Amino acid sequence: MSEHDASQEVLRLQGLRKSYNVGKPTEVEVLHGLDLRLQRRDFTALVGASGSGKSTLLNLIGLLDRPTAGELFLLAEPTRSMDDARRTAVRGSAIGFVFQFHHLIQAFTTLENVLMPLMVATGKPMREQIDRGRSLLAQVGLDGLEQRKPDQLSGGQQQRVAVARALVTHPALLLADEPTGNLDSKSATEVFQLFRNFNREFGCAVLLVTHDSRMSDQCDRTITLVDGNIESDEARG
Amino acid sequence: MPMWIEWTIATKFLHEGKVQSTLILVGIAVGVAVIVFLTALITGLQSNIINRTLGTQAHIKVQPTEERNRILPPATGSVQLVLEDKRAQRLRSINNWQQVRDVLDTLPRVTAVSPVISGPAFARRGEALQSVVLVGIDAPRYLRIIPIQNDIVAGVFRIAAGDAVIGKQLATDLGLRAGDKLRLDGGQQRESVVNVAGIFELGVRELDARYVYLEMKQVQSLLNLPGAATIIDVTVDDIFDAQTVATRITRLTGLKAESWMETNAQLMNALRSQSLSTQMISAFVALSVALGIASVLSVSVVQRTREIGILRAMGTTRQQMLRVFLVQGALFGLAGSLLGGLAGYGLVGAFNTFGPKLFYIPVSPWLLVAAAGLAMVTGIISAAVPARRAASLDPVEAIRHV
Repeated sequence: MSEHDASQEVLRLQGLRKSYNVGKPTEVEVLHGLDLRLQRRDFTALVGASGSGKSTLLNLIGLLDRPTAGELFLLAEPTRSMDDARRTAVRGSAIGFVFQFHHLIQAFTTLENVLMPLMVATGKPMREQIDRGRSLLAQVGLDGLEQRKPDQLSGGQQQRVAVARALVTHPALLLADEPTGNLDSKSATEVFQLFRNFNREFGCAVLLVTHDSRMSDQCDRTITLVDGNIESDEARG
Repeated sequence: MPMWIEWTIATKFLHEGKVQSTLILVGIAVGVAVIVFLTALITGLQSNIINRTLGTQAHIKVQPTEERNRILPPATGSVQLVLEDKRAQRLRSINNWQQVRDVLDTLPRVTAVSPVISGPAFARRGEALQSVVLVGIDAPRYLRIIPIQNDIVAGVFRIAAGDAVIGKQLATDLGLRAGDKLRLDGGQQRESVVNVAGIFELGVRELDARYVYLEMKQVQSLLNLPGAATIIDVTVDDIFDAQTVATRITRLTGLKAESWMETNAQLMNALRSQSLSTQMISAFVALSVALGIASVLSVSVVQRTREIGILRAMGTTRQQMLRVFLVQGALFGLAGSLLGGLAGYGLVGAFNTFGPKLFYIPVSPWLLVAAAGLAMVTGIISAAVPARRAASLDPVEAIRHV
C-alpha cells in the first residue's frame, strides 16, 4: 500500500480557499489556499486554536459548504462543480459525520438512528442492513439498547450511537468534530478507541478535530491549523 | 414503497409532537365539520326547494315566438314617426310541432318531451262558474314530466275521450266528485261535457284550483285550434343544464325555449346567493384551517432546524426534506378531515333526528371523500412555505442551531 497509490487517496485539497461575505466590505478569507492529502487508513488529528478555521475546513471537506476557490477531490473526484443533489449523494455514501453533540434524532430509536443514512438513501432497510446496524451497535457496546430512544441513553452511549451511525454506510472518510468534547474522560477514551478500531477494521480514513492533546497525541498524524494556514503536518511513529 | 423514508420521518415527527399535532387536528376537524355540515344542510335545503318547484313544472317550456307588428318601411325621402302598441298575443300552435317533438326526442341530455295544448276556459256546474286552464296532454309522455298519477286523491288518472282529471280545489269549489259531469266552455259556443275521472292534489294552490287535464283532441276542439300544440314541455337529466339545453333548442328550432331557471329567476337568485354565502363561509374556514397548518409546521421547522441539518448531513436531499413536511401537511389534512367529516355527519344525523324535520338532509359519502381530498390538497399547499424553508436550510447553519 504505497503512499502514491492514487486508488488509495481519499481526499485531496488543492489551493482550497474559503471567504465569507464575498463581494461585501466585510469580506474575510478564513482559509488561505490549503493543500492536503488523506490516504485510506490515515488516522489524522486536526488541531488549532478557536477561529483557526478548523470547523470551516471540516464543513468544506464534508461537502456541507462550498469553497471559494481551489478544488477538493473526494475519492479522486472533483467536487466543486457538483450540483447539490450530487453533493448530497456523495455526502451520504462516502462520508460519515460525528459531531460534538451527538445529534441523534429524538423521534427515532437507537437502531433507527444508526440506520438513518441507509434509509435516507434506499428506503425501508433490508434484512442485512438491519443486521449490520445491530452488529455495529454491538461493536460500540450497546447491544440490547436498540429500541431505546436517545434520551434514555447516557451522553457517552449517545455519542457511541452517533459513531455507529457514521459508519453504517462504510464511508471512505470519517469526519469527527470534537467528538469527545462533551464527554467525561472515561467515555471520551472509549469513543476514541472506537475510532481507532474502526479505522483498522474498515480502513476508513479518520479526520478528527480536537482540542485535546491527549487525543491528538494518539493519532498517526497531526495537522495544525493557524489562522487559516497549515502550520505543521507531522506523522508519528 | 416510494417515499417510505419521507412517510417514516413525517409520521415520527408528528407522533413526537403529540400535543401540537392533536391541537391542530382538532382545529382542522372543527373546520371540516362546519364545512361538511353547512354544505350538507344547504344542499339538502336547496334540492328540497328545487324538487318542490320542479315537481309541478317542466324544466324547459318551448313556445312559439311572440307575434310582432311589422312596420311598412317609409317611402324614401320621408320620415316616419310610429306610435306602436304591442300586439295582442293570440293562442297559437307551434308550427310543425310533431317534427319539433321528434327533433327534441333525439337531443342529448333530454329525458322527456311532451307536447301540450293549453288555454283558458270556463268550468261550469249548475250556476257555479270557475275559470280554468285546459291542458290537453299526450298522457304517457306527460307523466314522464309530471307524474300526476302519484297525486291522485280520488278516482283514477285516465285521459281518454270525454275524461278529465281536475284539481282538488276546483273539485271542492264546484262540489265535484270522481264520476261527476263537468261542463267546459271554451268560448264562442264551443262547449263540451266531460266525465271527472280523477281528482289530483299537487299541493300548489294555483294548479289544484285551475288545471283540467284532458285529451289533446278535446282541447284542440274546445280552443278551436285543430291539430295544435301550444307548448312542448321538456325535462333534462341535469336540471342545472336546463339553460344550456334551452339555448340549444332555441338555436335549433327558432322557437322560444324558457328554462325553469328563467321562469323562477327570483328563486334561482335566492338559491345562488345562498350557495355563494355558503361557499364564502367554507372558503374562510378552509383558509383559517390552512393558516393553522402552515403556522404549526413553521414552528416545527424552527424547532427541528438542527435535526433537519443532521438529516441533510447524512445524505437527505432537499427534495426529501421538502416532502417530509408536505407529507405532514397532507396527513394533517387527511386525518383532520376524516375526524371532522365524521363529526359533520354526526351533526347532520342529529339535525335529521332532532331538528325541525321540515326536510331531510341526505348524506352523501362523496361529500366526505371530497372533503378529505380537498383537505389533503389544502394541507399540502399550506405546508409548501414551511417545507420550502426546511428544504432550503443551510446544513452548516442548521447543525449549529440550538
